[in-house]
Amino acid sequence: MAKKVSKYVPYLLVAPALIYLGIFIGYPMIEGIKLVFYENGGFSLATVHRAINNYYFWPALRNTLSLVVIIVPTQLILALIFALAMNKVFKGRNIALTLLIIPMTLSDIAAGLIWYSILSPSGFMNKLLINLGLIHTPIQLFGYQFHTREFIMLVFVELWRSTVTIFVIVLAGLQMISQEYIEAAEVFGAGYWTRLRRIIIPLLKPSIQTALLLRTIYAFSIFGIVWVLVGRDIPVLAGEAYYQVTQIKDYGVGAFYALLIAIMSLTIGIIYLRLTKAEYLEVRR
Amino acid sequence: MNEKTMYELRKIGFYTFIFIIVVWMGIPLIVSTLYAFGLPDEYYNPHRIIPFHFTLKTVKMLLFTLGGWDALKNSVIVATLAIIISFILGLPAGYSIARFIFPGKDTIKLGMLALKIFPVPIMAVPLVMLYIRLHLIDTRLGVALAHSAGALPLVVLITASIFAGTSAELEEAGMVFGLTRFQSFLKITLPLALPGLAAAAMFTFVGSWNEVFAASVLTFSHRTLPALMLTLMQTAPDYYKFAAAFIMAFPAMIYVAVARKYLISMWGIALK
Repeated sequence: MAKKVSKYVPYLLVAPALIYLGIFIGYPMIEGIKLVFYENGGFSLATVHRAINNYYFWPALRNTLSLVVIIVPTQLILALIFALAMNKVFKGRNIALTLLIIPMTLSDIAAGLIWYSILSPSGFMNKLLINLGLIHTPIQLFGYQFHTREFIMLVFVELWRSTVTIFVIVLAGLQMISQEYIEAAEVFGAGYWTRLRRIIIPLLKPSIQTALLLRTIYAFSIFGIVWVLVGRDIPVLAGEAYYQVTQIKDYGVGAFYALLIAIMSLTIGIIYLRLTKAEYLEVRR
Repeated sequence: MNEKTMYELRKIGFYTFIFIIVVWMGIPLIVSTLYAFGLPDEYYNPHRIIPFHFTLKTVKMLLFTLGGWDALKNSVIVATLAIIISFILGLPAGYSIARFIFPGKDTIKLGMLALKIFPVPIMAVPLVMLYIRLHLIDTRLGVALAHSAGALPLVVLITASIFAGTSAELEEAGMVFGLTRFQSFLKITLPLALPGLAAAAMFTFVGSWNEVFAASVLTFSHRTLPALMLTLMQTAPDYYKFAAAFIMAFPAMIYVAVARKYLISMWGIALK
């Protein structure tokens, strides 16, 4: 080192960021716990009771979890296929790649509204099918009585919108795999599937883990797309939090739902950190 | 079947697959754009699959009468503020983590990693209380502060890995020739790190631009674009929904078209 730095300098540089995060993440956590458990100056479970006994709570929790469980693994498989295909050189790759990435910069509200133009009763799909003579009356996808259809539609639109998050991370991971490994395997007579299973997928593991973690956590707070497409027909946790705060003005119940999402996310995050902590510190010191 | 036909078949299969991807991603974007400018009558006409006659009326109405333009401006202001705040705080922290070895560094890094995946927007619910006290409720600054809290851990991690990638020797060489550490940072390291920092800024911008939960909970009149559309679209007729989709999707499409080259590597770095 050319000049000796005071031992406080590193801390002074880090401190503003840490203090800021303390205020904007730590404080709401504490405030949230207070909102949920304090009432009239004392400890109380009234808010928790109100939140749990809310008619929409259990369906919201169930829907949120089922959406995560259905969407995230499906996305992983789709993203892997896309990434493997897009890692090749072919004519028109740029156009395909551009189209695939667009949803990455698209808000979920926009994605929901875009798909509404396709799926609404007078939308593109229904008119196309009617004019082709395939159906006579529009297929109804919206409305409380079509609960299952709405759910499937949500899964579909969310797959369209957010598979790209995993795709981009996996593709970036693929591009970092040295061609030498793959060629070496080829020399020893490994076919495509063997190469995929024994070399590519294991080397992609860190990318896949990161992508899965991020997607799972985003999926826990799924909100905009649900709200735009089906409203409260299919309640989700973040949607209920939004509803309680903006419509009912019950901040306690809203905070309870928010904390629940935060706790679920943190649990997944801790499991993930346990799994990758050693690797991470080793690689980047 | 000989080798050649096998090869041809596989090629056809591959291109069919790519074609399906392109259609799957492309058709909704094209259709919703056409519908955004189509006449409402044609949308309700069951025999017009794609509108033939176009109008700017719906988009204009949404922008200038229903507050879309103001919301768009709010979105830009909030996202820009979020970049500024998260960079002012994140850059020094990232630099410190990249350049110095100090006790507690690993803990801080792990903490950032954990916070990167913390759902910050959802904490907007309890944040409302603090904001009311601080008179930050329903302000652009308030939303920007929340968005930068979400982006900050990522900015710290990205800048740390960018600075770790720029040579410390060059910086020290500058210091040998009489620059202070800060001057040497400004004149040598910062220019080298600029492309990576631009990527981090884009990432923050897009995150803030698209975030809807915190923006909706923390504001009621100074809405960002997604937050405004969220409330408007509850009651709006269908053709307004398409116009809204267009207004939100158009900037995204331009952005991707311009920055596609950097996007993959950037998200590769940013999300790792």
